[in-house]
Amino acid sequence: MQLSDLVFYALAAFTIIAALGVVALPNIVHSALCLVLTFIGVAGIYFYLGADFIGLIQILAYAGAISVLMIFAVMLLLSRDVSESNPSHKKGKYLAALFSGLFAFLLALSIYSTSWDLTEGAEIVDSIGKIAYMLMGDYVIAFEAAAILLLAAVIGAVILARGEEKR
Amino acid sequence: MKGAETFFVDLARAIVNGLENMGMSALGAEIILLIIKFACIAGIVTVNIIILIWLERKISGFIQLRLGPNRLGPWGVFQTIADAIKLLTKEDIIPSQTDKIIFRTAPIVFIIISLMLYVVLPFGDGMAIVDLNLGVLYFISVGSLGTIALLMAGWGSNNKWSLLGAMRSVAQMISYEIPLVFSLLAVVMIAGSLNMSDIVNAQDKIWFVFLQPVAFITYFIAATAELNRGPFDMPEAEQELTAGAYTEYSGMRWALFFLAEYTNLFAVSALTAIMFFGGFKGPFLPSWLWLPIKAYIIMLVFFWLKWTLPRIRMDHLMAFSWKVLIPVTLANLVVTGCVLHFLK
Repeated sequence: MQLSDLVFYALAAFTIIAALGVVALPNIVHSALCLVLTFIGVAGIYFYLGADFIGLIQILAYAGAISVLMIFAVMLLLSRDVSESNPSHKKGKYLAALFSGLFAFLLALSIYSTSWDLTEGAEIVDSIGKIAYMLMGDYVIAFEAAAILLLAAVIGAVILARGEEKR
Repeated sequence: MKGAETFFVDLARAIVNGLENMGMSALGAEIILLIIKFACIAGIVTVNIIILIWLERKISGFIQLRLGPNRLGPWGVFQTIADAIKLLTKEDIIPSQTDKIIFRTAPIVFIIISLMLYVVLPFGDGMAIVDLNLGVLYFISVGSLGTIALLMAGWGSNNKWSLLGAMRSVAQMISYEIPLVFSLLAVVMIAGSLNMSDIVNAQDKIWFVFLQPVAFITYFIAATAELNRGPFDMPEAEQELTAGAYTEYSGMRWALFFLAEYTNLFAVSALTAIMFFGGFKGPFLPSWLWLPIKAYIIMLVFFWLKWTLPRIRMDHLMAFSWKVLIPVTLANLVVTGCVLHFLK
């Protein structure tokens, strides 16, 4: 086993343990904090793969913003223990195991049935420039559609938060 | 003068060469050099903070027509050292109803994050610890993790004032992150790079503060808010929240938060100098002296603002970010993009 393999296994173990923490910890705030660790672990795997830009955006958007909002909401709305805030939490245990097992199976199936092209070329130096050309060139319609979708979501959230207009 | 300019770079090379001559592999020598660099950063940060705290107390005293610390040593320069010893030897009090793990790790996470910011800062010509291609993005994304540490402190303390303070700081930091990033983006657009050394080199002829005055003003306001400093220090408003997220902390844990705040302050001031004031470039003096000089001048402005302006109300603070700063920065981005397009 090479050193780089060791780095990957360390990162993967870190991510998986943190993800297990999200699912298994009884305290919901601890779960949310474990989610941050999971995101950071995934970002580490991106760095390992040479995708620094994606990795940094992963930290900025997921670990830095989304999970903070999630923790924020959890702290404001719920009591600490999952069994208190969600009494039916334990009931669907087997069903949940079944569905997540099925999902993992499908995921593994699609991963193993895809032939991954390995490039032997030099490491991409200017990844951010390439991503920019892709987003603004080949995939511009998908990019703009996602932007409009997010805008619609923002407007919807504002309307929901403001409530009905007084006449 | 030539020797002074490259003194640290030469020293680093000499260490690597010496280690390799002693029969160490190139990788091993590099790793040891990296560890030395990190140790240097930790040392610089600690010494720097002792000076900064004394300076802030002296300057606040000057602004408020007081004397400030004046008993220990000439002009009270040893006051911070005495305070540090007091904090180190204080009893470590952990309230019984706290969430122990979160309460204990929060200050450590906070200080680690603020130390991580220094990794990409070029302290002189070729003197960044890691000259990352995406340096600016790294600084912003690592900096954004600081909110989590504050949330951990606020929630782990199990105290309503702490939680209120943490929530205020999170709302504030997330809102002001957007204008902050947009202001920096305008600079990045002109420099055409996210690498900090490249950005400094792009300011050879003219500082970006003259090309991007609007971005500089919005950046400076947003940075003050990101640092939770006055007039935006609602999260720790002493009069209403006692000390926000830090209420339950005492001794060294509290000192770590304090340390991290000043660490952040210096890092952000250095970033301001790099992005808008030509970084390590300057006449006569070696490059590694120019960045601290510029950062210190910017920090004096931060001190001056804090001790001059009264605190802003929380709702005004949020409204100001979303209704004024973000539209202004967006308009500035559009104008910058158009000008760059037509100049090409």
